[in-house]
Amino acid sequence: MNAVARQIGDFFKTFLLWELVIGLSVTARELFAPKVTVLYPEEKTPQSPRFRGLHALRRYANGEERCIACKLCEAVCPALAITIESEMRADGTRRTTRYDIDLFKCIYCGFCEEACPVDSIVETRLYEYHFEQRGENIMTKDKLLAIGDKYEESIARDRAADAPYS
Amino acid sequence: MSSDEVTIEVDGVSIQGRKGQMLIELTDQAGIYIPRFCYHKKLSIAANCRMCLVEMERAPKPVPACATPVADGMKVFTRSPKAIDAQQGTMEFLLINHPLDCPICDQGGECELQDLALGFGQDASRYDERKRIVPDPDLGSLVATDMTRCIHCTRCVRFGEEVAGVRELGATGRGEFMSIGTYVEHALTSEVAGNVIDLCPVGALTAKPSRYTARPWELTEQPTLAPHDGWGTHIATHVRGGRVMRVVPRDAEAFNETWISDRDRFSYTAIGAPDRLLSPMIREDGRWRTVDWGTALHAAADGLRQIPPDTLGILASASATVEEYFLLRRLAEHLGCRNLDHRLGLADTTGQEQAGSFPDLGLPIAAWERVDAALIVGSDLRREIPLLHLRLRKAGLRGAKLSVINPLDGDFRFPILVDRRAKDLAEELAALALAVSELTGQAVPVALSAAVQGVDVQQAHVRIAESLAQGQRSGLLVGQLALEQRGAGTLLALAGFIAEATHSAFGTLPAGGNTAGAWLCGIVPHRGIGGVAAPIAGQSAAQLLGGGMQGFLTFGVEPEVEAADPAAATAALAGARFGVALTAYATDTLKSTAHVLLPIGTFFESAGSLVARDGTWLSFEGCAQPLGESRPGWKVLRVLGNQLGVAGFDYADCREVTEAARVAIGEIKPFAPQWHHAGAWERPLLPALQRLGPLGLYGADALVRRAPALQASPEGQRAGVLHIHSADAARAGLRTGEMAIVKQAQQSVRLTWVADDTLAPGCLWWPAGLLNAPVGGARFGAVEIVPGPAG
Repeated sequence: MNAVARQIGDFFKTFLLWELVIGLSVTARELFAPKVTVLYPEEKTPQSPRFRGLHALRRYANGEERCIACKLCEAVCPALAITIESEMRADGTRRTTRYDIDLFKCIYCGFCEEACPVDSIVETRLYEYHFEQRGENIMTKDKLLAIGDKYEESIARDRAADAPYS
Repeated sequence: MSSDEVTIEVDGVSIQGRKGQMLIELTDQAGIYIPRFCYHKKLSIAANCRMCLVEMERAPKPVPACATPVADGMKVFTRSPKAIDAQQGTMEFLLINHPLDCPICDQGGECELQDLALGFGQDASRYDERKRIVPDPDLGSLVATDMTRCIHCTRCVRFGEEVAGVRELGATGRGEFMSIGTYVEHALTSEVAGNVIDLCPVGALTAKPSRYTARPWELTEQPTLAPHDGWGTHIATHVRGGRVMRVVPRDAEAFNETWISDRDRFSYTAIGAPDRLLSPMIREDGRWRTVDWGTALHAAADGLRQIPPDTLGILASASATVEEYFLLRRLAEHLGCRNLDHRLGLADTTGQEQAGSFPDLGLPIAAWERVDAALIVGSDLRREIPLLHLRLRKAGLRGAKLSVINPLDGDFRFPILVDRRAKDLAEELAALALAVSELTGQAVPVALSAAVQGVDVQQAHVRIAESLAQGQRSGLLVGQLALEQRGAGTLLALAGFIAEATHSAFGTLPAGGNTAGAWLCGIVPHRGIGGVAAPIAGQSAAQLLGGGMQGFLTFGVEPEVEAADPAAATAALAGARFGVALTAYATDTLKSTAHVLLPIGTFFESAGSLVARDGTWLSFEGCAQPLGESRPGWKVLRVLGNQLGVAGFDYADCREVTEAARVAIGEIKPFAPQWHHAGAWERPLLPALQRLGPLGLYGADALVRRAPALQASPEGQRAGVLHIHSADAARAGLRTGEMAIVKQAQQSVRLTWVADDTLAPGCLWWPAGLLNAPVGGARFGAVEIVPGPAG
């Protein structure tokens, strides 16, 4: 009985374009629904404080760099994107002489940030950057520290926001 | 089963052992791991860390495995709840005061405390009080300290007391106030002090030269050998990105046990010294020009062909590899040159035909700790072969009767039966020879009859003779202070007779890391490959460097500091028409005398083989990338041989050369020296004031003398100062605060001086071998001293 009724229904649907009507009804509904499209770059989506963008090296409030050249980030990096060389600075502390991140290799997993015992290497909210020359993909220690200095306020705010959950 | 064998049960596994063995030794053999900090197989048992607590059946409390002798039927549980509880408790106490600075600690990643805290500790700490802080003493340029990390295992203290014999580190205070230090702060002076770095289970004592430069997990361990004293010392380099970052010992009971000397450990710091030669250079019209390898080798081959072979001198370092010696010998044979030598330090090679097949030790290396009597003649042993001193110290502490005949105080750390301080070693040995002859009834050989004329035999000589004759395993060692003197042949002949008559092993200790290899490959003017006598002897290094060379080919040598007479050697090099130097370092002397400089790799950058002083053949692989354009020495010699057209010189691999050298040398059969059987030896006439100018501990070879950390150590600093007996100083009119002007032939050098009454009167200690201190003339020649103005 049911099978006969379905056959009759299908017969009419083949020439009444019933599926098209169903499809267009979705279009008609969305036509009047509120829009979610973001007009980038004029508009931007909200970001989580845990967003993993461009890297930065932070400093303490007194201006001293945080990094102590423990090389845990280098060891944990699954893409082998980090290269560190270290030495004893004149004041006897352990410091890096070279801290390079190859952004072509980096997969933005955030392990470096998690491994860091002194919250030195962090991933910021920055994601809008580009390279024009070969070699610019290598973030040197100076560049990373400069980013850290420039965005310290937002970096610190994000760490504070995430602190209760980490 | 004999009565002293016992069977115990550990974690249900039964283990056989001997009565009196400690539990931890047995479990180590059986592969059952018990955690430990203070226990070390080469040190005495302290049982003060309490980490090795295990449960024993019928014992009321857990017992320390390192201090519990095994007994038959003993049942031990290493992982029972009671044992784990004890271990966790100990670990909690250890961590109370241990800082959490693992990220900046050089030991982090290879730390015993880290590993054991993970394996045997609790998850979280219950301790939130303040931790104690301990000030760090400055222990010199080699060992860095972070004493807050110390867990008081006292391994370093026991090492100094028991092994090195220099009690420099000790514990002061009790309980929480206990700290390890040097009492009065000073730099460590022991020549084997670096071993405390390996012994320290935490990061309290770490290597200063490599401080903060690498982490353990990024280093690759490459086994190799230490090239400085021919002791077959097994080391491993830790390499990162083709660069040697540090050196650690490898266990080798037959050679170095577990210890290495500081120069073995820190000589790698000289690999990238500022004067390192990085590319081939040729001199044209007095100007040096960097060229490619082809041009340089072509120039070298062309120049060498034009020198009459009789006037060409070939000088090789005493620390090169067997492969390099073998290729050099073949190259010399092709050129028809018989003047080749590696014994730059010998002023006098009279009687060299009577030498043995190579400068042997007489006994295997490890057997020297089992001698029951020995005589050391003319050797500053601690500075010549530090690890032989440790072996003899073991023998001495067991009761061996050790005697010394020396022109200076070697500061030996073993009980000495008779300590003769004498300038005239020949006279002392002659008296001893007479005493030995009297005692054993063996007549003094005819060859020595002139040498023993008119000497007094004293009670001391009789006592030395008795100790050697009565010893079941006795030995006689002749060191550099005797070998490098004029008239060394007489000393060797006398010593040879004494050794033969008393049935003692006879060992000579010439300077260099591969003297045995050099002799076996025929890098001496009077022998061929395999030790066969050459039909016509060429000129020795002393003769070559005395002048008259028209051309020279040097391999890794620095005659301006190493030669028996550095001043004359420099002049002889300058007098040559053409010179090729295969060298790792471009010294000023080479730059002013040579015409082609070919950069070779240092020992760490080349594969090869060494023959240890007891004749053991040891091969090793290269472990670092040669810097710049430099290439391993054997490769450079091979291509130079190709350029010169030497037949069968197409080795593609170092091991092919090794094989060829092995076949050519044949079986290493040491034959005994025959010095006292031929010739007519006489006692040499000594100058009124004689210089003792050994190469010293940190002047031994090109690597060591460029290692900044070694040169900054107290021993390195001490070497730049003239030591003179106060009687001689008074005779010369030296006053405190003034400088001394030392005159030698045409040389005149102004030096700071100290009075040193441990020297034999008439002797003056002024070591050569340093780059930043004046070297002077003949290293064992006559000197004259006059006062000079201060400042």
